[in-house]
Amino acid sequence: MNILENLLYTKEHEWLKIEGNLATVGITDYAQRLLGDITFVELPKAGDKAAQGKQFASVESIKAASDVYAPLSGKIIKVNTALADSPQLVNQYPYTEGWFVVIEIENEKEKQDLLSGADYKKYLEGLPK
Amino acid sequence: MNLLETPLIAEHRKLGARLGPFGGWLMPIQYSGIIAEHEWTRKNVSLFDTCHMGRFILKGQYDRSGLDKIVTVNLSNMPIRRCRYGFMLNESGGIIDDLVTYKIKDDEWLLVVNAARIAADEAHLRKHLSVDSKLENASARSGKLDLQGPFSKDVLAGIAGSRISSLKYYTFGFFTILGEENIISRTGYTGELGYEIYISNGKVVELWDTLLKDVRVKPAGLGARDTLRLEMGYGLYGQDINASITPLEAGLEKFLDLDKDFIGKGAILEKKKKGGSRQMVYFLTDSRRAPRHNYKIFRDNKEIGIVTSGSFSPSLSCGIGTGYVKEPLKKGDKIVLCEGAIEINATLTDKPFYKHGTAQRRW
Repeated sequence: MNILENLLYTKEHEWLKIEGNLATVGITDYAQRLLGDITFVELPKAGDKAAQGKQFASVESIKAASDVYAPLSGKIIKVNTALADSPQLVNQYPYTEGWFVVIEIENEKEKQDLLSGADYKKYLEGLPK
Repeated sequence: MNLLETPLIAEHRKLGARLGPFGGWLMPIQYSGIIAEHEWTRKNVSLFDTCHMGRFILKGQYDRSGLDKIVTVNLSNMPIRRCRYGFMLNESGGIIDDLVTYKIKDDEWLLVVNAARIAADEAHLRKHLSVDSKLENASARSGKLDLQGPFSKDVLAGIAGSRISSLKYYTFGFFTILGEENIISRTGYTGELGYEIYISNGKVVELWDTLLKDVRVKPAGLGARDTLRLEMGYGLYGQDINASITPLEAGLEKFLDLDKDFIGKGAILEKKKKGGSRQMVYFLTDSRRAPRHNYKIFRDNKEIGIVTSGSFSPSLSCGIGTGYVKEPLKKGDKIVLCEGAIEINATLTDKPFYKHGTAQRRW
């Protein structure tokens, strides 16, 4: 399982790369493995507002359709349009080319809810196999 | 409930398979990935563990044993070493199970059924078979492997001999494999040229390992088996058909021999006269998004039916599915598939979705 130290995480298996007031968001290696072959990704539009904990995207694999919840509140600045035709990028490069959106962070306090790489790793180890 | 395991469970674990429950069994869902396994089956050869499926051996004449009344297919004109797909129905015409009947001799038959239906089928068979027929549930003492893909004949010829080439679609023969004489039929559930190989439990692992030594062969799990069968428009028992659905509604009337008597025929004839209340439809979605089992089907904002199977199609790169609708629809008609906030536009089409299957190839 690949967990990058320089990223932040949620218990819903999203990762965030925070630069200034912008957060790039995707789903983790653990999440993509669990889902299996990803066949469809539905993203919000640039300009939409995301609310922490509320559904803002969905991911479908051969076996299942899953909701993705916004890790932080804010305006969606950019979306990864490549995923429309190549959703398999999420399986192949979950932390790079498989990114979902960039959010303009609205409330700095919400960052307290995010996990460090070490904490996310510990969280995964505690999950039922 | 404790899940049953096939003799290959340790092999699946060694190969790193993701395991999951199916029909009361712990089965491999995928090894390398469903799409990769699906595509490998369409282009090369895949090996499936199908030991979970049920097998009954019946000794007795087709008519005197009662078998003719239990299965819906014509047995009277069936040549020896032929397989036929058909149903066992209840008195209301609902499908107890779909099965393949093999005629071994005039007075010996093999019935191959769904894993989850073994007990129900056995009860139904024992209830309706005559006392002088002999039924054996051979599910536990024998195994089955499915070898499927355009090069499966060439792979199998290396193990069972070149006589394998003489098997036509839906026929079978006896072949010596690993020192044991057993049935191989040219049948399957993928739409590709393929074989189902029957073997005693003690030889299953050896046969599995032998077949996987061929570089053209890779293991495939139930995930790929499901997308392969759906691309062909083959129904899955428990999902697309069940005891409250008739073969008429499922669009499978051609597997009913209405010139003979069988259990459920009265109800079928009555339903034919009245006309059905629902029909099975096949649809393509207009995106990569796929519907799932139990999504609702709408037309002109009116709910008209329900999705029974749906998936992304690796061969077509769009969503495909099947379902039942209460209104007469035709090819080209537009429908909308809904679940919560999800709305997927789809268009009716014909089966099979995938039209390049090699199952019936001749040479």
